[in-house]
Amino acid sequence: MPTVNVVRDRLFAALGRTYTQEEFEDLCFSFGIELDDVTTDEAISRKERHEEEKANENEEIIYKIEVPANRYDLLCLEGLAQALRIFNKQDKTPTYTVANISKESMHKMQVKPETSSIRPYIVCAVLRDITFDEASYNSFIDLQDKLHQNICRRRTLVAIGTHDLDTLQGPFTYEALPPQDINFIPLKQVKKYRADELMEFYREHDLKLKKFLHIIENSPVFPVLYDSNRTVLSLPPIINGAHSAITLKTKNVFIECTATDLTKAKIVLNTMVTTFSAYCKRKFEVEPVEVIYSDGKAYVYPDLSSYNMEVPLSYITGSIGVSFKAEEVTSLLNRMQLQAEQSVSGADQCNINVSIPPSRSDVLHPCDVMEDVAIAYGYNNIPKRKLPSLKPLALNQLEDLIRVEVAMNGFTEVLTWILCSYRENFSMLNKKDDGSTAVIVGNPRSSDFEAVRTSLMPGALKIVGHNKDHPKPIKIFEVGDVVHLDESKDVGAANRRLLAALYCGTNSGFELIHSLVDRVMEVMGTPFVPVGDNTGYYIQCSDAPEFLQGRQASIIYKGKCIGIFGIVHPEVLNNFDVPDPCSFLELDIESFL
Amino acid sequence: MAEEAILGYLENHEEISDSGEFAAERGIDHAEIVNVVKSLHGFRFVDTQDIKRETWVLTEEGKKYAAEGSPEVQLFLAVPAEGSISKDELQKKLDSGIFKIGCTQAGKNKWVEMGKHISRKVQHVEDKVKDLLLRIQDGKTIDKDDINSLKARKLIVLQTWKGYSVRKGPNYAPKRKKPATDLTRENLQRGDWKELEFKEYNFSAKGPPPECGHLHPLNKVKDRLKDIFRQLNFEEMPTNRYVESSFWNFDALFQPQQHPARDSHDTFFLQVPSTTRQLPEDYVEQVKEVHESGGYGSRGYGYEWKRDEANKNLLRTHTTAISSQMLYALAQHAKVHPFSPKRYFSIDRVFRNEAVDRTHLAEFHQIEGLVCDRGLTLSHLIGILEDFFSRLGMSKLRFKPAYNPYTEPSMEIFSYHEGFGKWVEIGNSGMFRPEMLRPMGFPEDVSVIAWGLSLERPTMILYGIDNIRDLFGHKVDLTLMKRNPLCLIGIR
Repeated sequence: MPTVNVVRDRLFAALGRTYTQEEFEDLCFSFGIELDDVTTDEAISRKERHEEEKANENEEIIYKIEVPANRYDLLCLEGLAQALRIFNKQDKTPTYTVANISKESMHKMQVKPETSSIRPYIVCAVLRDITFDEASYNSFIDLQDKLHQNICRRRTLVAIGTHDLDTLQGPFTYEALPPQDINFIPLKQVKKYRADELMEFYREHDLKLKKFLHIIENSPVFPVLYDSNRTVLSLPPIINGAHSAITLKTKNVFIECTATDLTKAKIVLNTMVTTFSAYCKRKFEVEPVEVIYSDGKAYVYPDLSSYNMEVPLSYITGSIGVSFKAEEVTSLLNRMQLQAEQSVSGADQCNINVSIPPSRSDVLHPCDVMEDVAIAYGYNNIPKRKLPSLKPLALNQLEDLIRVEVAMNGFTEVLTWILCSYRENFSMLNKKDDGSTAVIVGNPRSSDFEAVRTSLMPGALKIVGHNKDHPKPIKIFEVGDVVHLDESKDVGAANRRLLAALYCGTNSGFELIHSLVDRVMEVMGTPFVPVGDNTGYYIQCSDAPEFLQGRQASIIYKGKCIGIFGIVHPEVLNNFDVPDPCSFLELDIESFL
Repeated sequence: MAEEAILGYLENHEEISDSGEFAAERGIDHAEIVNVVKSLHGFRFVDTQDIKRETWVLTEEGKKYAAEGSPEVQLFLAVPAEGSISKDELQKKLDSGIFKIGCTQAGKNKWVEMGKHISRKVQHVEDKVKDLLLRIQDGKTIDKDDINSLKARKLIVLQTWKGYSVRKGPNYAPKRKKPATDLTRENLQRGDWKELEFKEYNFSAKGPPPECGHLHPLNKVKDRLKDIFRQLNFEEMPTNRYVESSFWNFDALFQPQQHPARDSHDTFFLQVPSTTRQLPEDYVEQVKEVHESGGYGSRGYGYEWKRDEANKNLLRTHTTAISSQMLYALAQHAKVHPFSPKRYFSIDRVFRNEAVDRTHLAEFHQIEGLVCDRGLTLSHLIGILEDFFSRLGMSKLRFKPAYNPYTEPSMEIFSYHEGFGKWVEIGNSGMFRPEMLRPMGFPEDVSVIAWGLSLERPTMILYGIDNIRDLFGHKVDLTLMKRNPLCLIGIR
């Protein structure tokens, strides 16, 4: 995106008020441009020289403003200020006019046929009775520079020349001649150069102009503009003649744009004249120039007519999703430099007639108009409409993530039954039933289905008991639900989702299970903290009957016990017919949500 | 070093005639030369001929005398030049073995007068035994008699020496490259990896088994199914609720209280907690009404609906118990907000009080999908089933009219199984009855299409498992669990 440097205080003067930086940023934000940097000319040059001097307090503040790449009308302070003033409803969009003068008194540009081989198009205009001050003069020069860099594609498509008309004598000719036949004093030089020598001179001595030489250097003829006295106006796209150079005192400016792309040439010319006609005595009026080609075809430039577009109101409201009335749309469009009025065509169709000024070459389709309505209304004032979407089930998704993590730690997943025998759930785990823990089935077909498990341990131990021949160590895990009696629930019971992991080998693997606890906590982003600290997790000795004394511990997460791990009690191992030592972890993963 | 010496020598010479001499000349241990020659011979770098030689070598005892002198000389020197020494005293001065042998030999040589006191008979003796032993040690030859006397005293033994004569073999090269088995850090640091020649790798054997974790095949299939449901814009229902009331499991689904499924032969009813404490009373009234006397165009079942029966807790027999609650909540929401269509799915555990066999367990996983929207038709149901099952790789479907108390029409879904060469039932489906939806509060034009199947059946088919107990529960074989491949349904 192009960046425009403007002097802050001049911009504020043009806007008719001052802003705090934050206020100005908000204005830019809502209009769709961006205050990129706040600096000073001195700071920029210090940076270029890699110096670290202190800034002087009197340095002029420069705002670097990023503008959209298709808005050539915003490439200078005048264009920016005008657009923002209109956006702020301080001004109306001006109407640009072409001065009404007779064909005879119009300046003429004769185009010679040889130009067609190198740079076939030219468009011209005159800014009559203009008054520059230093700032507007600099801005005029800068705008040409910005246009050259952007839409003109570094002068390949279009090159702009501006001249003091009073030093010249029309009619003008646009020719293409062998370089040896062109002689003139170029801008910023004092002596005459032959065009081919000039090219060599710039190649050696001018870093800036060097970059443009390739556009014409291999051509047998160079494009060149003359007045009727054979004074060279310019050698496009390289350099203007010194003779017609504009100064602060210039009153009448002759603008010529030579091009390989006629449409872009017209946009560039219109951008120049619409922006700077504001400084003419007859504000917003531009004097035309007739361009006459060798085949006799003649065109008058600039073409400042508006482009008219009829946009259905329903298209605008339907695209933005706000049901505007026609008057709202027209007043919003007026803030975006687009003249608009309501037109009724037929009974139920309301259209907006939009007149797009010559400065707004970016508006191609009704969608550009629609966008301007939305910008003027304010993107952030548009109500939010949600598209249908799916809600995640957090617990199941967390379970899936944890399952994969535990498998990555080398454990094999098992799925065991939720129903178990009453003994498996209690006495075989050295536990006593207090009558308020487990769901009890009333009509079990066999003892395997007497109770709903309250722990994943019996299932895991049964797997080990049935896989005695499996090579050791056995490392298995399961994520599954247990059910506890819960008075607060409609049915009197509630599920909890647990993670269980078991290690069985020639030794207990207690440390390995301990490290799995740490790993699960690590992947949950929980820090290991000292005992009593409620910001993370810590481990505390526990006293559960299904585990061995002294080798079992509770996992305290944010102050709450969420699980237990330890060496399975030898009596419990014996109850489940497991001959090898086992360590076991059980952890409530719902606590993480 | 030995290898370089051998290969280097053969570069310019015809033959190494005797590896023993070769070793001695270069100060290399012969054993080392032998090892290298054997290895070089193995790779046909050299051809060899065996050389066998017998030599006399010193025994341990012989070595001792060669260093310290023979026992007889030691004894002689211990006897004073003048006078005599008592036997006891002499014995003390010498090692007992030396004394004993020394006495015998010195006596035999007539060097000393033996008796209670011992004195010299001669003044000078020469240690011939030691000299002979030293000569043998140096590889020199001695008289046959001397050999015999030393052999008799077990001071020397005959040893067979083996060596080689060595010539260039068919693969001879001045330098041998050893085939590498692996690329090491040292290879990289030294930069000699360029010269490495790798030993041929045996690709006909499998690599060693990896140490890793594994996911359960049922969960792998479940994961893919969840993805397929999400591809079809279905939202997962919270099914973490095993204990259910008969009301949500049966009554809300317009399943009459006398229905055989509500029999204790099919359903696990609970002793604790035995009854539901709380139900939405207004809705319960609507349900009672529709069961008893109908409404919404229905005649109802015409029986006396009992609240006690609805309050009985059970372990849910299908996840549709959750669907009924989700739909009820949706209908309640639609009373105050505009109705929004929903697609729900779940895959979770259900319980049946059935005998366990090769294909049945008391617990299994039910897959359920339902769409709630306006204007749904039977054609939509068939369409979504086609879409869903073709993603599972079952694209040849047909539908059989069936009976289900809460759906009308009801369809059993059959798929043609190429492997079995027949049509197999893969699921059940239907449109929920108005007697179920209208009491919830849904507008008349909202309908629900739904289908269900078990997770175990497609998993068993996918993984070629024919006994459900090998797949699920504690009697699984962990080794089989570890070998199951990825589930690729819905991907290809």
